[in-house]
Amino acid sequence: MFGWEFPPHIAGGLGTACYGMTKGLAHANVDVLFVMPSASGDEDQSSVRIINASDVAASDSGWNINEFLDRVKFLRVGSNLHPYIDPSDFSELVEKEKKSQSEEFKFYFRQKYRFSGKYGKNLMEEVARYAMVAGAIAADEQFDVIHAHDWLTYLAGIAAKRVSGKPLVIHVHATAFDRATSIDPEVFRLEKMGMEEADKVITVSNLTRNIVINKYGIDPSKVVTVHNAVDFSGREEIEVKRGVNDKVITFLGRITFQKGPEYFIEAAAKVLKRCPEARFVMAGSGDMMNRCIRHVASLGISNRFHFTGFLRGDDVQKMFALSDVYVMPSVSEPFGISPLEAMKSDVPTIISKQSGVAEVLKYAIKVDFWDIDALADAMYGLLRYPNLSRMAIEKGRREVDNLKWDSAALKVKKVYQSAIDNSK
Amino acid sequence: MGKSVCFYFQVHQPDRLRQFRFFDIGNDFHYFDDFTNRTIIRRIADRCYLPMNQLLLEQIKAHNGAFKVAFSISGVAVEQFGKYAPDVLDSFKALAATGCVEFLSETYSHSLASLSSPSEFKKQVKEHQKMIQGLFGVKPTAFRNTELIYSDSIGELVGQLGYNVVLAEGAKHVLGWKSPNFVYANALNPRVKVLLRNFGLSDDIAFRFGNKSWEGWPLTADKYASWLSSSLAKEDVVNLFMDYETFGEHQKASTGIFDFMANLPSAVLAQGLEFSTPTEVASKYQPVAPLNVNYPTSWADEERDTSAWLGNELQEEAFNKVCALEAEVMKTKQDKLINTFRKLQESDHFYYMCTKFFSDGSVHSYFNPYDSPYEAFINYMNVLGDFEIRVKDAVKQNKNSK
Repeated sequence: MFGWEFPPHIAGGLGTACYGMTKGLAHANVDVLFVMPSASGDEDQSSVRIINASDVAASDSGWNINEFLDRVKFLRVGSNLHPYIDPSDFSELVEKEKKSQSEEFKFYFRQKYRFSGKYGKNLMEEVARYAMVAGAIAADEQFDVIHAHDWLTYLAGIAAKRVSGKPLVIHVHATAFDRATSIDPEVFRLEKMGMEEADKVITVSNLTRNIVINKYGIDPSKVVTVHNAVDFSGREEIEVKRGVNDKVITFLGRITFQKGPEYFIEAAAKVLKRCPEARFVMAGSGDMMNRCIRHVASLGISNRFHFTGFLRGDDVQKMFALSDVYVMPSVSEPFGISPLEAMKSDVPTIISKQSGVAEVLKYAIKVDFWDIDALADAMYGLLRYPNLSRMAIEKGRREVDNLKWDSAALKVKKVYQSAIDNSK
Repeated sequence: MGKSVCFYFQVHQPDRLRQFRFFDIGNDFHYFDDFTNRTIIRRIADRCYLPMNQLLLEQIKAHNGAFKVAFSISGVAVEQFGKYAPDVLDSFKALAATGCVEFLSETYSHSLASLSSPSEFKKQVKEHQKMIQGLFGVKPTAFRNTELIYSDSIGELVGQLGYNVVLAEGAKHVLGWKSPNFVYANALNPRVKVLLRNFGLSDDIAFRFGNKSWEGWPLTADKYASWLSSSLAKEDVVNLFMDYETFGEHQKASTGIFDFMANLPSAVLAQGLEFSTPTEVASKYQPVAPLNVNYPTSWADEERDTSAWLGNELQEEAFNKVCALEAEVMKTKQDKLINTFRKLQESDHFYYMCTKFFSDGSVHSYFNPYDSPYEAFINYMNVLGDFEIRVKDAVKQNKNSK
């Protein structure tokens, strides 16, 4: 399995999903060899160790740690694969490592060395280098199927497939269409290539499946939806001292165009007209943050609308514990795991119909992201009618508890099986 | 009648806020970053206040009363000196004892209240007056507003408080062809005299002194005294108004600023000029004309207006929200809450939210604890959010106990 990140050093939901999935697959007796680019030596060490620690606390399923780690083998790739690094540092690093690595790579991969030579000093080069390493690993290791997560690793998956001849499954957690207002043609090209080379494509929602079929022109018969699940083991209840008695409505996520923060602000202003004692929190950071702060200030509601900046570690859970309503007004969201976390924390949740998670949730209120009035209505209703919020809390928790990685992993396993059968 | 040189130095340090997060709202009543505030006060005391006060004291004594200066010290700065640098207060008292130093009146918390609430403004001025009187035994007779913010109506308001002298910026867009080197009268109340800062000659010391690419560099006391003299050939008074931190902090000791100031009094007196304090200037010279200032001016930035504090939507919002609390805060009748309310009105909090970072950025970023104006805004609003809760609770308690 090729991933890009793994807890606890994660930038988004991908690492968390990979973690849950590998655990689920281990329970389904699938041995997983998880390959990821190492950001730095010590980071990786700590990540393994930290996983151990939370496993010990959480492990109620009878898995012992060594057995688990045996199944999810970590292969640290010793190359300069930093997701974010400034260009001058990078070129230095590249020069330093080029010599030693080129020998190694040439040895394994004489004909494919052109990958790194051609790409610039950016993420694309890293993606390409990752692919070469992937090929080398594929030559060394024994496995039945290749599983690659998101475009960063598609090339790696393809390389591994070419080396080993084993079937390739790619997992689409997001597409170029979800990430930015303008489509990066290079990313789109890589994604399309990955989907075309793959024997099977897994999408995290039907929403994403439709994008894969319609926008990338992929044969529907090989695209399968496996909804994400959520794993709350290892999670401890957090004691939070509540300083404000007012009801708190929370937006938690990157403050970027796709997440629809401005709809949240507009709806907040509407709710405050009727319900002046409500408080709104926008937790997170992103390229739209400053614009949102100005927006809130110009609406004159900033004594009731708070920004927290990026939340780390426990603060996310603390924030949920302080919230009375959680809102995810995403314009485009392939899946969206945070509403599940909110519901797990007994917070009634409002999500946009334009999110993949809307497909699996019944007890979240769903509105169109652009429909500010409906969003304001829903917020107001959850604030004012205790019965509504009580129902949302109770049913929501049960609903989330039933979204298990074990069952998602079984579906993934089925996809593996059919990919193996087809390639025979 | 002789020509005058009038020095006034501003002494102010804000109560910088600590990082106050959303999670702290309702849980923590401690808003200020004591460590940073203490560190900065101590640093400036050692680099500027103490050595410069000593230098002025020596000069006053050496010239037998011919050398005079004026200070305006904000109430919140005095509070901090009391806590972190009592030696600074003692050195100001020593200066006051010479009788050659005038202390001006201003708002206690270096606030922008003159722009929002006449009632709150008057209270703050009176609070400051009381403090200065208690400290130095003299009642102030001249007024200078925060950052030299002045307009016709502010001048009138100051007149109502019993002051007949007010200091202002000699802003070009107000003066036009007129010279700042005369005394003017307030347009609404002619008895209130207006002294205007000569920004060219003031900034020669405050901003340009140590700049080696400036054509005037190196500036000697004799050279500067001759400039003053030629500027006063046909005019009455040069008002040199500047931040006191100029000496040793903005202009480091290594620029020679202290030597310059030690030589300046004799050089100026040698030119046949005399030193006067603002109140003396106002009584010595007749106003030459009424001065019309419809919109508030200040001494800040190139614009000389209030846009450094209230120039963008963040600043407007934060300022409006804190001002809106006035009535509720007064209802609490709790000194601690009222004192905190005053500190939250310090103009510096709004200054940190300024987004005009390109032309005057270096001055704005001085002593600024924040990385960005947005951070400053968020932090301030979080503090204000907590403060609002405290005030409401206190008002509720008052009602219940009745």
